[in-house]
Amino acid sequence: MNSSLFALALMDGVSYAALLFLVALGLTLIFGVMRILNIAHGSLYAWGGYFAATLGMGITHFGLSPLLGLPALFVAAIVIGVFLATVLEFALLRRILDKDPILQLLVTFAAFMVLEDLQRMIWGVQPVFVSDVVTQLGTLSVAGVTYTRYQLLVLPAVAVLAFFGLRWFLGRTALGRQVTAVTHHREVATAMGVNTGRVTWLTIAVGGALGALGGALASPTTSFTPGIGAEMMVLSFAVVATGGLGQIGGAALAALMIGLTRSFAVYLMPEVEVLVPYLIMVGVLLVRPEGLFSTAATRRI
Amino acid sequence: MRLRLLIAVLAAAVLGLAFTFPWLKTPILLALANGLAVSGVIVLIRAGQVSFGNAMFACLAGYSAAFLARAWHLDALLLIALSCLFAALAGAVIGLFIVRYRGIFFGMLNLALSMVLFSVLGKFGGLTGGTDGLRFDRPTLGFVHLEREPFETALLVLALGLSIIAGWVVQRYFASVSGQALAAIKTNETRLEYLGISAKRVFWGGYVLAATLCGLGGSLFALTQGLVTPEMGYWVRSGELVFIAILGGSGHALGAFIGAFLFEFMKLYTAALLTGAWQLVMGLVLLVMVFVAPTGVFGMIERRLRPGRSA
Amino acid sequence: MKLLKTLTAIAVMTLGSGLAQAQDKPAELKIGITTFISGAASVFGVPAKAAAELLIEEMNAKGGIGGVKVSATYIDEGIGGDKLLSEYRRLVQEQGVRTMLSAISSGNCNIVAPVAEDLKVLNVMWDCGTEKVLEDKRYKYVVRTQANATTEMVATVLYLLKTKPNFSTIAVVNQDYAWGRDSWEIFLNTLKAFKPDVKVVAEMFPKLGASDFSTEISRLQALRPDVILNTSWGGDLDTFVRQASQRGLFTQGATMVLPLAESSLERLGATMPEGVIVGGRGDHYFLHPETKDEPAHKDFVAKFRAKTGAYPIYPTYHMAQALVGLKTGYESAIKANGGKWPSSEQVADAMRKMEFKGYGRTVTMREDGQGLEAQLLGITKRVPQYPFAVMDKMMLVPADLVTTPVGQKSVAWVKTLKADVLKSDRLKSYDFK
Repeated sequence: MNSSLFALALMDGVSYAALLFLVALGLTLIFGVMRILNIAHGSLYAWGGYFAATLGMGITHFGLSPLLGLPALFVAAIVIGVFLATVLEFALLRRILDKDPILQLLVTFAAFMVLEDLQRMIWGVQPVFVSDVVTQLGTLSVAGVTYTRYQLLVLPAVAVLAFFGLRWFLGRTALGRQVTAVTHHREVATAMGVNTGRVTWLTIAVGGALGALGGALASPTTSFTPGIGAEMMVLSFAVVATGGLGQIGGAALAALMIGLTRSFAVYLMPEVEVLVPYLIMVGVLLVRPEGLFSTAATRRI
Repeated sequence: MRLRLLIAVLAAAVLGLAFTFPWLKTPILLALANGLAVSGVIVLIRAGQVSFGNAMFACLAGYSAAFLARAWHLDALLLIALSCLFAALAGAVIGLFIVRYRGIFFGMLNLALSMVLFSVLGKFGGLTGGTDGLRFDRPTLGFVHLEREPFETALLVLALGLSIIAGWVVQRYFASVSGQALAAIKTNETRLEYLGISAKRVFWGGYVLAATLCGLGGSLFALTQGLVTPEMGYWVRSGELVFIAILGGSGHALGAFIGAFLFEFMKLYTAALLTGAWQLVMGLVLLVMVFVAPTGVFGMIERRLRPGRSA
Repeated sequence: MKLLKTLTAIAVMTLGSGLAQAQDKPAELKIGITTFISGAASVFGVPAKAAAELLIEEMNAKGGIGGVKVSATYIDEGIGGDKLLSEYRRLVQEQGVRTMLSAISSGNCNIVAPVAEDLKVLNVMWDCGTEKVLEDKRYKYVVRTQANATTEMVATVLYLLKTKPNFSTIAVVNQDYAWGRDSWEIFLNTLKAFKPDVKVVAEMFPKLGASDFSTEISRLQALRPDVILNTSWGGDLDTFVRQASQRGLFTQGATMVLPLAESSLERLGATMPEGVIVGGRGDHYFLHPETKDEPAHKDFVAKFRAKTGAYPIYPTYHMAQALVGLKTGYESAIKANGGKWPSSEQVADAMRKMEFKGYGRTVTMREDGQGLEAQLLGITKRVPQYPFAVMDKMMLVPADLVTTPVGQKSVAWVKTLKADVLKSDRLKSYDFK
């Protein structure tokens, strides 16, 4: 493999990783603060994408300025992500905090099934593809290969912004510190006077918005069909598990690992491409059962 | 005693349904196959662990049955036995390292392995038939060559028999020392270790039993359909198995079968009446069950079977 | 044991009487149709369903088949292979359907064909392309009212060699399942028979229903092959064309060969560029050079547009062929049966020795159940009359030049093709008018 193919694989991998990271970030945040793995997160991705596509079609239909295209994606993600996450949190998640972990998982699985069918009823079964944003931003040529600016610049930029933004928020702002406290130990945080209910809701809303953002950003380049939520669910699981539950840095590293390896696989050994995320997950978990980055936890007897 | 009566009545009802409505045989067979797989899942639930990858054992058994049927045209009984053995072996090998994990990590590692299997089966089409799966012709049953109708009847009777035996085995296991130790993994694993019992070994035993039961379910499924596809091992399938466990009641093997029948018939009628909304219905039912009756349908029945005794 | 025997006897007797009853004219002819109603392939399967509804209504208005009205039940192939099989069996065993039209997906055809044979139910493969179904095994109850992968791929190779013969490298991006793999195998073997030193620079098989081809497109841009083949259909093809167009893959100089793209032309509108070789898996096109002015065809196009708002595409033509073929088969079997209602076996038999006409050229059915159907290919061109690309420089290839003879395997037969078939005067060319 020569250097130009290497560069190409690298760029393809990075843009794919960016998308994975955004979705996984939401999932890992929600786990951190609720200790529940939200299987319905895949539906948030799907709904984010469909809703963004609908907004995009609305913009064209009402003849509004095409410059609204890109911001519309973010608006769509925030609106639908926060809405769905709030509904989930209020109706389900907060009521299962004390239940058996198996039941907790099943509740989110049930939510996933319900959302899948609702999505199909609202948006139908035909593929949805609204790509005006991408065409507007144009293309650029690297090593003789044409990339869309969207794929090469916008996606990684958003991912990087999300990463550093979240790190800054959690580490430097008062609210962020409260979130960290609740993630670390809910009961003690409450005892310290943190409004855990509100903080939990906020984190879940942000997590949900991130998942939906992944979908919204993916919608201009991929066609959305029923079942896409389930696929993304399992992939983001792989990223979160590999990186360590609740670890932002871990999610970033895992997303990069998986994105790049998959991309290189398409160039070198295309048959292995679909296996890559799961092989990495198994490999990492066998060596480090808690994921790449993990916090030491005391065991209660 | 009342429980045995209930089981006998249910078994007779199943046979009765099968003979009065011949087209119900396939759904009944599928329900029994699922029930067997779910009885494996409840063994794991007993230990407080949920695996989102148990369908992989059903899938492995199904594919091995398909391979053997295509290569050597073995009898159905042999196919079932050999594919179960294969699933058990796989469970034993995987169990060696997977029993070190608990909780969410156990679930996720199982999920990862099942997705690897799923992807491999889908990709290496030359060997595995790819996403379209493998078909195989109807084998002999008990070395007798049967036409489709008698074959299904005989398979159904066999499946029913195997289910009753499997249920009995699971309940005996739960009552045994290993079974009770397995339950202790959920309540307090460290104290179990203090008693001198290796939690890992006990868990491994339970895992192998679960794998064998899932394998049995998978082989019956394969024989009923004559077709195995990678979807048999998809993570949503594993999720459905766990769903059935909770629906039927994870405290008793009978719950697994009650859940499987309810699931199968719900799916049949929602698919026929409200196409495209069966997942919605299932999801809502699951939510109701978790909040209202977490011990499942069997839990509700049990309370009535033993009046005066707390569940 | 005695109870079991008695019950089995009763069951057998009921079944037997059920079969016997089939000999009298039924109140209605129940048929089961499998098509993609969900998923990426539904852009393909839903128009076919619309065509079926339209045509069955028309047929029933004229008295149905042999005087019996037709009623259809639809099964969604999008639910997956094993669920499809359950539904298929349920229709046959619970509702007594004896005629099935199945399937679109080659994978599903491979699954249902042996089951239909086992259940002794007439199964008309109305859209799937895999040639292996009828070549690997002789069926009594399974027929196909359209061409297969061999006919289509060989015709595509011929068209490519006649229109853009100067190339030395080729790459393929196909869906990873029976059709994608089989079509490539035949295409490559045929191509090698004519151009033995063609070089394959990349073989990529993304999974069926993949939503993102960006890595495959990058690789194609880097490798710069002279010819790029993609036999995808439905939503997958749409996504590929859109993403490739965004990335400028169409303007880098390669000849794109999309043998199934006729079905995507209207949907893609301006996204489909000019100069792309497209086919329609048979001579299916609403602007078919030989039949577009026939009153029956014009009527169908108008009615279909009124019902769905779009022009008919090849899956709808395939559906039409299947229904017309079924009707012809039944009527021929009724005649052979002296006016009495025929059994599934008799109809299947009749369908192996007949000819019928859909909205293209006449289709001839042969003894192994395979239909012989002419192939239409063309190059895309933008014209002011339509907001989407149309086919220009069209060529019609007669089926017998490009179909594997009975009893032979395609993979072996295509290797025996000779270059002088390219000079045949039976290959007719037409320009867009």
